[in-house]
Amino acid sequence: MGKIAAVTGNEAVANALRQANPDVCSLYPITPQTDIVQRFASYVSNGQVDTELINAESEHSSMSAAIGASAAGGRVVTATSSQGLALMWEMLHIASATNLPIIMPLVNRALSAPLNIHGDHSDGMGARDTGWIQLWSENAQEAYDNTVQAFRIGEHKDLRLPVMVCMDGFIISHSIERIEYLEDKQVKDFIGEFVNVNPLLDLEHPKSYGPLILTDLYMEFKRLQHEIMGRVKKVVLDVAEDFYKLSGRRYGLFESYRLEDAEIGMVVLNSAAGTSKDVVDAFRDKGIRAGLLKPRLFRPFPYTEIADALKHLKAVCVMDRADSYGGYGPMFMEISSALYQVTGNGSGVAKPKLINKIYGLGGRDYMPEQAEQVFTELDAIAKGAPVKLVKDYIGVRE
Amino acid sequence: MATELKLKELSKKPDIFCHGHRMCSGCGAPTVVKMVLLATEYPVVISNATGCLEVSSCIQDLTAWKTPWIHSAFENAAATIAGVETMYKSLLKRVKMPENVKFIAFGGDGGTYDIGFQSLSGAMERWHDMLYICYDNGAYMNTGIQRSSATPLGADTTTSPAGSAIPGKLQPRKDLTKIMAAHGIPYAAQASPSHWMDLMKKVRKAHEIKGPKFMNIIAPCNRGWRSQTDDSILLSRLAVETCYWPLYEVEDGKVKVTVKPKEKKPVAEFMKPQGRFKHLFAPGNEALLERVQQEIDKNWERLLKEDAAE
Repeated sequence: MGKIAAVTGNEAVANALRQANPDVCSLYPITPQTDIVQRFASYVSNGQVDTELINAESEHSSMSAAIGASAAGGRVVTATSSQGLALMWEMLHIASATNLPIIMPLVNRALSAPLNIHGDHSDGMGARDTGWIQLWSENAQEAYDNTVQAFRIGEHKDLRLPVMVCMDGFIISHSIERIEYLEDKQVKDFIGEFVNVNPLLDLEHPKSYGPLILTDLYMEFKRLQHEIMGRVKKVVLDVAEDFYKLSGRRYGLFESYRLEDAEIGMVVLNSAAGTSKDVVDAFRDKGIRAGLLKPRLFRPFPYTEIADALKHLKAVCVMDRADSYGGYGPMFMEISSALYQVTGNGSGVAKPKLINKIYGLGGRDYMPEQAEQVFTELDAIAKGAPVKLVKDYIGVRE
Repeated sequence: MATELKLKELSKKPDIFCHGHRMCSGCGAPTVVKMVLLATEYPVVISNATGCLEVSSCIQDLTAWKTPWIHSAFENAAATIAGVETMYKSLLKRVKMPENVKFIAFGGDGGTYDIGFQSLSGAMERWHDMLYICYDNGAYMNTGIQRSSATPLGADTTTSPAGSAIPGKLQPRKDLTKIMAAHGIPYAAQASPSHWMDLMKKVRKAHEIKGPKFMNIIAPCNRGWRSQTDDSILLSRLAVETCYWPLYEVEDGKVKVTVKPKEKKPVAEFMKPQGRFKHLFAPGNEALLERVQQEIDKNWERLLKEDAAE
């Protein structure tokens, strides 16, 4: 068993990056991620890693340099949050479409305006269509474990895709929790040596990266990206199985909490899942069959598996810590789509009634009382009360 | 042993930027690229900003580059090659690799003076061992001749059109070479394909210096300059002889004018064959034409003073 420590989410993730010993790390400071890259810079300065650091002059250049370094051939990491991810947006698409397995912790934070440095999921949700694999993490332990697994997933020969490891800004990045580290050697062996595919620095076999492709083949190229994404679930599960053998900690595509015999359920990402699980227990104590589903792999989205896990419920609330103004919350759209394929389309299977709550924007506290409010409403809907409002806000001042 | 800078010897070197690219006939940019690469006697990795050179040289599964080449976006040729160079540095510590690999970024003036300026400035400040080459044709030619900060005073472009109220671009060009020299980098220079020996010597000098180097090379564009397709070298020569495009270098802060025209020609000689300046020769625009000459005279005299001061 590895060392048990009381650390912040940022420190845990920084240690995962140290243990992976990347060849290059490009960085740019942004709250609340800064702590990760400054810790990493100290590992470099103190010779604890072999990494070369690039202190970029912007996140756009940070991702551009990561792309250059990764194409050159080697293991590359960076990290960001919020506006930084937004500035990288153009380059995120290029990293994934070029099949560059860059690993990037994303410390989730709200987007401007108004300027707000606190945690919500607007940044990560805005990047869901960039072709990156997204793993979401409830706490420091999961952020650490996901970061370690991200290297195996992204660098897998069937994928070669960049991976974003998401955790909540401040709530997880800056709170001290108990976590269990793996030994450095265990991580090194688990991740393995970086294997190059068509490195630019193979000077004897020159490659051209980044061609112009117009109408005749662009669409085939894009479909190929979708096909590669189709291979991700299996790799994630295989890597999770190996990780379980190593650590004793089990991961899947999502986590089910007291869901099997539940009648009402909540779908919620990241740290709010922890708070909500306590409320699930309290409702169970009252004899109400509540349950919870916490997605881990958000891109690619495991539609069938998640729909199968939810389809028996009478009522489901999808919690979104990001908004689409004039639309439903981003996760609600996924869950609706997933369930429709299983319970709609003339299948004859009863549909769970669905509601969507927007919560916790800009770091607004998510309290057990809010989860209680949601489960109380779900209980009433399950018992026949009409759905008054599909999308609503909770924890907001009127 | 480096190839002698003699046409006979250089012509025996295989091209690493080879035939088949789709640059326009008469374009100055591929000539510049060929000269730079002919002068390079080391293994070389290239990054390319989005632009004419990029879209015309690597299309689908066809590439004109016989050396590692990467394009990722418009504004980041410097950051991209910085990443490649850093990975090389990192791998050298543990993997057997050829030594003295050179890293070159090519960008047009839009991708260098404007949208790529921050990325270039950052890469120079971080002291990456690289040579950034701007092929300057004075506008966004790839998207259809839009004004950039390299567009000369008075020029007619599609976004600074010479009209009845406004006679083309009203601002002088940004002096990027000086700005790059002001970064304190070990080498910054201006060159022209009309003076190929000077250009190639500068490239060779740059390659022998560790750290960040910048070269600004004029590259006539007959589409945007509204000139004859066979006038590319003639116009780049006139740019030098009129002191519109002085050939100089700044090495460790020391300014040296490398080519002093025997007789400084009036800038009108450079401008007259170009349709983009046609309106400046029409009655009523004499003052603007005069201002163009004054700007050039002022910059040339300042440059000569800096040269003499060393």
